[in-house]
Amino acid sequence: MTSAPATPPGLRLLNQASLILFALVLLVFGVMSPAFFSGENALNILTQASSTGILAVGMTFVLLTAGVDLSVGSIMFVAAAVGGKLALGGVPLFAVLAVMLGIGLLYGALNALFITRLAIMAFIVTLATRYFGRGLGLRITETRAMNLPESFYELGAARILGVPLPVLVFAAVVLAAHLILTRTPFGRQIYAVGGDLEAARKAGIRTRVILFSVYAICGLCAAGAGIVALSQAPAVSPGFGNNREFMAIAAAVLGGTSLFGGRGAVFPGTVLGAVLIQTIENGLNILNVNPYLYPLITSAVIFVAVLLDAVRNRVLSLAARRKVFVEADPA
Amino acid sequence: MIEFSHIEKSFFGVKVLKEVSFTAKPGQTVGIVGENGAGKSTLMNILGGNLRADAGLMRLKGQPYAPASSGDAERAGIAFIHQELNLFANLSIAENLFLRGFPRNRTWLPFINRRQMSERTRKLLREVDLAHSPDTLVERLSAGERQLVEIAKALALDARLIILDEPTTSLTARETERLFAIMARLRQRGISMLYISHSLGHVLQLCDEIVVLRDGAVAAYEPTPQFTMDRLVSLMVGRAITQLFPARESKATDQVVLEVHGVSQPGVVRDITFQLHRGEILGVSGLMGAGRSELARIVFGLDPCAVGDIRLNAESISRLPPGERIRRGLAFLTEDRRAEGLCLEASIADNVTLAALRDLTRPAVGWLDRPKARAEVNRIRDAVKLTAAARNEQAVKTLSGGNQQKVVLAKWLLNEPKVFILDEPTRGIDIGAKHEIYRLIHELAARGAGVLMISSEVEELIGMCDRIIVMRRGRIHDTIMPREFDRERILRSALHDGALA
Repeated sequence: MTSAPATPPGLRLLNQASLILFALVLLVFGVMSPAFFSGENALNILTQASSTGILAVGMTFVLLTAGVDLSVGSIMFVAAAVGGKLALGGVPLFAVLAVMLGIGLLYGALNALFITRLAIMAFIVTLATRYFGRGLGLRITETRAMNLPESFYELGAARILGVPLPVLVFAAVVLAAHLILTRTPFGRQIYAVGGDLEAARKAGIRTRVILFSVYAICGLCAAGAGIVALSQAPAVSPGFGNNREFMAIAAAVLGGTSLFGGRGAVFPGTVLGAVLIQTIENGLNILNVNPYLYPLITSAVIFVAVLLDAVRNRVLSLAARRKVFVEADPA
Repeated sequence: MIEFSHIEKSFFGVKVLKEVSFTAKPGQTVGIVGENGAGKSTLMNILGGNLRADAGLMRLKGQPYAPASSGDAERAGIAFIHQELNLFANLSIAENLFLRGFPRNRTWLPFINRRQMSERTRKLLREVDLAHSPDTLVERLSAGERQLVEIAKALALDARLIILDEPTTSLTARETERLFAIMARLRQRGISMLYISHSLGHVLQLCDEIVVLRDGAVAAYEPTPQFTMDRLVSLMVGRAITQLFPARESKATDQVVLEVHGVSQPGVVRDITFQLHRGEILGVSGLMGAGRSELARIVFGLDPCAVGDIRLNAESISRLPPGERIRRGLAFLTEDRRAEGLCLEASIADNVTLAALRDLTRPAVGWLDRPKARAEVNRIRDAVKLTAAARNEQAVKTLSGGNQQKVVLAKWLLNEPKVFILDEPTRGIDIGAKHEIYRLIHELAARGAGVLMISSEVEELIGMCDRIIVMRRGRIHDTIMPREFDRERILRSALHDGALA
């Protein structure tokens, strides 16, 4: 008795676009290099993808409300700079991590404050705090690279049941985010706010609280991404986290999250996007492609992601148009 | 259920509601009609808690009712269904129904009880006769189905009083019938409804009692059988309109200005052929979804056509982009003026000059000739009788629907079009403004333009047109000459031979 109208066929294909792209990439690299298809390499890719992945999960929350956070790379940097100083000063590891996460949350809340209370566009606010964070971090580190204690490295190298810790952290973040977005009232209200802010306000949703929360969550995730990145390469260089926001946005959008808000998912969407990007980099590495070509290939990936989003949006708006049922010729 | 007594409201010393009193009993549907600006919206805003009355009292189920916010109104069991629906297209039906109060598994866990939500949604959807899964995304529903979801939403909130504000404007005839059937069922359940509409036929058909508002006061409040269409109209405008449609002073010529020959586009229209003459008003009738607006978009060049030819003054324009067609004398008043015809945030002057910027530019330097533009805007706004209160710099969004439509017309008049395509030119406009739009259309024809007028109101076509073509499922099914104009024949044609109940 219940039925659902048919999805336009083009849309169905577009929704699977990142999966198809992923399969294609695997196929190409697999054919070109047998080493690519080993279990160890798969874990390797996941480990490398975990930092960008966590960053992209946070970004997904923001993108779902039709916002953007350009400051996440700087949040990573500030948190790492402070964390590094503390760690070198002999503060125990768990306290260092807690402070780093706190900085991320605070930074995100600061963004949120400007965006919700002063009603400044997210793009402008986070562009400003992006440079602010970069400057602050450089001041803290005195523009020198810091090598962190062994404890960070041990964190990254640790394995539980053979699975590297970064991958487990990534998985935990994804699980939590997925449950929040799909199963809680808060999560569904994020989609509502992104779908139509004015209507959400009219429906009695506390839109400011929602908007505030997504930027805070995004900041927290950025700090988490910073910790995971440090555990893999325990050094804070002046360029730490630089431009990572664009990889995060690309990963989310590749995974089907719309820049126009209201559409997208952390799982499988953003996870797939992040792993896809990392797979490409890993594959290029194995194939010994000239590293100077990486930016070109990255730009192509971002372009494809945004193109897919635009096409999807167009198909959706076409599908929303009224249908005419044209009569066939009389027999 | 709800009782208004002596409600008064003033804005800046101007009384917009005067001593408004009426009552809706449980299970009763009360129609509220009046021209735009008669005070309907103000009254509903007071009921909904967005505004406070200066004087007077509302009683809900016998208790004094004075909402301070829209939340208060909702908690009191009042649901509003607006002209523009407030649904989230990217969420499922179930989520739309429970967005504010999702059922939970346990109070201490933040998770939604999805099974319970689905079950309750299914039950509510059965009540409004909608056979979709609760997980269906709203973006996949038609306008009519979305309207039903809105009603289900009201039921989910256990509303006892539902206010419907122009609910049928975007519905097909069949969807409208369906909505009315559901409303009858709600009435049996004791739910009261206030029905606000410009479609007087529907108001007469549906309501038990009708309140006519005029200039903020109740002009009449009587049981429906006391009213006729003519009486309602004359009560609304306060004077008897002997003729809703102005007398035509010019005649159609036999010079062809626009010729559409064998136009087909798969999935949209099929084999469309007609001719439009100078000074002629050609009506296009048909149900929503018959392909009328789509045909208009093809003629104007917004959508492609696979086969066929469109000729303006014997020159083929089928391959030209819209801008080029405008330059050759085509004008298009779209069906959705807010989304497609106007820049709402921009001023009246900016909107009016938009389509004629090229002509208002000094050729040598390429910038706008502002004195000339100002003079032209003033000339045109007089021609369309735009309300004197509106300044040229005023944002268009602050105008009433009727005045907005005049701004769109003014925009095109500046180009002196040879063919004017009007898609639902009077939708959602009050009767006084309608009259003026009709007069403007006559004037266009008198100046020798060909007018292609698409409308869902059959009376309007009969009153205005020299000929009417009826479309059904993307084809022209009938061409009707004035002496054969007949409401029933047109409807029959549009509905496939007597499918109309």
